[in-house]
Amino acid sequence: MARAVTTQRKIVATAAAWIIGLAIFFPILWTVLTSFKTEAQAIADPPVWFGFDWTLENYSVVQERSNYFRFLMNSVIIAVGSTVLGLLIAIPSAWSMAFVPGKRTKDVLMWMLSTKMLPAVGVLFPIVLIARFLDLYDTHILLIVVLMLMNLPIIIWMLYTYFKEIPVDILEAARMDGASLRSEIIYVLTPMALPGIASTMLLNIILAWNEAFWTLNLTTTKAAPLTAFIASYSSPEGLFYAKLSAASTMAIAPILIMGWFSQKQLVRGLTFGAVK
Amino acid sequence: MATQHSRAAARLMNAPAVFVLLVWMLIPLCMTIYFSFMDYRPLRGVADCCVGFENYERFVTSSSFLSSVGTTLLMVGGILAITVIGGVLLALLLDQPIWGQGIVRILVIAPFFVMPTVSALVWKNMFMNPVNGLFAYLWKFFGATPIDWLSELPLFSIIWIVSWQWLPFATLILLTAVQSLSSEQLEAAEMDGASALSRFYYIILPHLGRAITVVILIQTIFLLSIFAEIFVTTNGAFGTRTLTYLVYQRVLESQNIGLGSAGGILAVILANIVAIFLMRIVGKNLDN
Amino acid sequence: MGRITLDKVAKSFGEVNVIPPLDLTIEDGEFVVFVGPSGCGKSTLLRLIAGLEDVSGGQIRIDKVDATHTPPAKRGLAMVFQSYALYPHMSVRKNIAFPMKMANVPQAEQDKRIDYAAKVLNLSDYLDRRPGQLSGGQRQRVAIGRAIVREPAAFLFDEPLSNLDAALRVNMRLEISELHNNLKTTMIYVTHDQVEAMTMADKIVVLQAGVIEQVGSPLELYQTPRNLFVAGFIGSPKMNFFKGADAAGHDAATIGVRPEHLTVSTTEGLWKGTVGVAEHLGSDTFLYVHPETADTVEDTITVRVDGEMALRHGDTVWLTPQDGKTHRFDGAGLRIG
Repeated sequence: MARAVTTQRKIVATAAAWIIGLAIFFPILWTVLTSFKTEAQAIADPPVWFGFDWTLENYSVVQERSNYFRFLMNSVIIAVGSTVLGLLIAIPSAWSMAFVPGKRTKDVLMWMLSTKMLPAVGVLFPIVLIARFLDLYDTHILLIVVLMLMNLPIIIWMLYTYFKEIPVDILEAARMDGASLRSEIIYVLTPMALPGIASTMLLNIILAWNEAFWTLNLTTTKAAPLTAFIASYSSPEGLFYAKLSAASTMAIAPILIMGWFSQKQLVRGLTFGAVK
Repeated sequence: MATQHSRAAARLMNAPAVFVLLVWMLIPLCMTIYFSFMDYRPLRGVADCCVGFENYERFVTSSSFLSSVGTTLLMVGGILAITVIGGVLLALLLDQPIWGQGIVRILVIAPFFVMPTVSALVWKNMFMNPVNGLFAYLWKFFGATPIDWLSELPLFSIIWIVSWQWLPFATLILLTAVQSLSSEQLEAAEMDGASALSRFYYIILPHLGRAITVVILIQTIFLLSIFAEIFVTTNGAFGTRTLTYLVYQRVLESQNIGLGSAGGILAVILANIVAIFLMRIVGKNLDN
Repeated sequence: MGRITLDKVAKSFGEVNVIPPLDLTIEDGEFVVFVGPSGCGKSTLLRLIAGLEDVSGGQIRIDKVDATHTPPAKRGLAMVFQSYALYPHMSVRKNIAFPMKMANVPQAEQDKRIDYAAKVLNLSDYLDRRPGQLSGGQRQRVAIGRAIVREPAAFLFDEPLSNLDAALRVNMRLEISELHNNLKTTMIYVTHDQVEAMTMADKIVVLQAGVIEQVGSPLELYQTPRNLFVAGFIGSPKMNFFKGADAAGHDAATIGVRPEHLTVSTTEGLWKGTVGVAEHLGSDTFLYVHPETADTVEDTITVRVDGEMALRHGDTVWLTPQDGKTHRFDGAGLRIG
């Protein structure tokens, strides 16, 4: 039972939490605000808070100058593609390890996690070489495959922990009830696993969307996603804060919204089920 | 428990995942090992096999190696310290009954979803820029001389930026862990005469031990390969060249594949030392 | 029909022999209870019959048909799990309908059987709820309902009442017994609670370490336990055991006397002792007596006396076994006579 707390204490805690929360959120808020300013207002001294002439000009300039939508499409294709491909491989794998554990299951799981610890930079050149050899450099398919492999251990671990929570009793009950493996999967397993699969999917789209080693090193123009789009703003050319802000806002907005929706499932997803 | 039939099916279902991960791990890694024994500089048309451990020797004895290892340790250690300590405190704060808890949670978690290139650029330009950055205004407001963060305090600046991205992660996980602590345990400790501080030290902190371990493990995995934040801010200059970044430069910028591959293998070995240590802890947690 | 025969059925997990070869016949319509301490292999035995585990050796026959390698779904058995194992995403109605849906039973027939099960189990008002919205006892009924509608050759119950509170457990015990009286279908019931075994079973199978210690009706087990283990396990409170001179007087290594077969006197008797704890239940009183002379195995002798008997802590009593109620066991722990 939670106890009643004095109002005074609640006020202090609330104030502290809100101040810290707003401070942490401030850079994002500032970026969004700046994206609606003119370049002059963006670097005005002293800084302008809300009292400026709101404009959408930056957004159209960014779209015209660097074709935001093409990068956006690339991001969507790569993030969704790698996640779906990863799920196709991971679901059977996680299913088998969760429901038919053998003596080696734990070792296999740990080994899979260990592949995630391989520093990407250690295999950078071979991957570039293979990509060029197969004529896949700067293509969607290459990034889909590479990001899928990058995140596969996480996907498997997440699904494993979700599947592990489905009581074996229920699957046995289904078997006793005369369900074939197929109907067991369709009528019992899938509906029960769906929330877990959905949050796995969401988290991996986020991870793939924000991945910035392979996407920067394996693309030039054709398949470059938003990470590369933003990186192209790293060398300042004159007045550009407002446009940088507009580009940044557009790059993070979709995933920020998804992330807020998925925050409940996030924890166990990211901790491989070790924290619930 | 399972029957023979399902066991065979299970093995078959696990095969694709094991296979692709095995290929993904082995083939490029073997290639890197192979290159690391070559004098391979494609831009100059050099591709001589084999030069033994010469690349390793050169890589390790170069002054940039030791400093990059130091930079990596400082960077990862600094970020871990900030995020774990900050995360624990923030989690305890958010666990208190407060108005608008849901909204504060959303505010705190948001930076985690910001892609690394965006957060690095936003901090670099809009906050840390010595002329137009918000920090510069702030310093001037208090009559101080603005700091050129990324050239005067480059390592600290990058630690700051990356910590901002990862603090939400640590907070969220630790908050979940704090909330799973039964209040009865705390009340029992209170009845036993434990002060708030000793309740924290003897009850809350041990309860968080597992979550903290997990946070450190997962963050280390990701932090060892920090790339974009360095790429768009200092580009490895001013003592911010981590091992990852050094290898990247050797391979892709100066196109000395042999040397870079030797560095890559060293990075793999160093990462594995950390990994073994951390995996053991996770493995133990798995058993419980 | 539901006659189940186990012929030299054995189970081992790797090196560990959970069940050495074992024979058992369960007659059609019988209510059989497997009882034993936890880890005795009773659940494993049930799961072997269900087909959820592969046997390591031997044969299982259901109605004379070899079912050793038949998948669980094809054995025509229904199982009620300890955790109820209800499908959380389905309504009660869908849960109950699931086995029939799998067997392609026509919709009209499905509805008929669901209505029947719901009426028998008092579930009619809850058919559209999800399992999560039900109490423990209701969930238990849904699990039984799901078993009933299959019209199985036999019902298998795996400790179905252990997650319920004491009062509900007594209720459900009655309901399951009643169900058996109505359906007259074979039921195999696993429990560690000997009270459940005694109250429900036609035939009790006492297991220890995968070995059948004794098979028999509740009264047979109570009156003529085959060995020390069964004697100690069946009956509540537990039988008192005496060794040494007390046993030698009966030409035995150990003798046992049930608490209800000791006569208490405040003046004279065989064994003198002091009352330690006296538990007054109203109908009965249990006395835990510290003996002065008797050579007991435990520290105290448990005695069951009339509830009205006004004995208290510290009183001196004399205990005497009733005539013909003393059980004798030899050095190997087996019953003599």
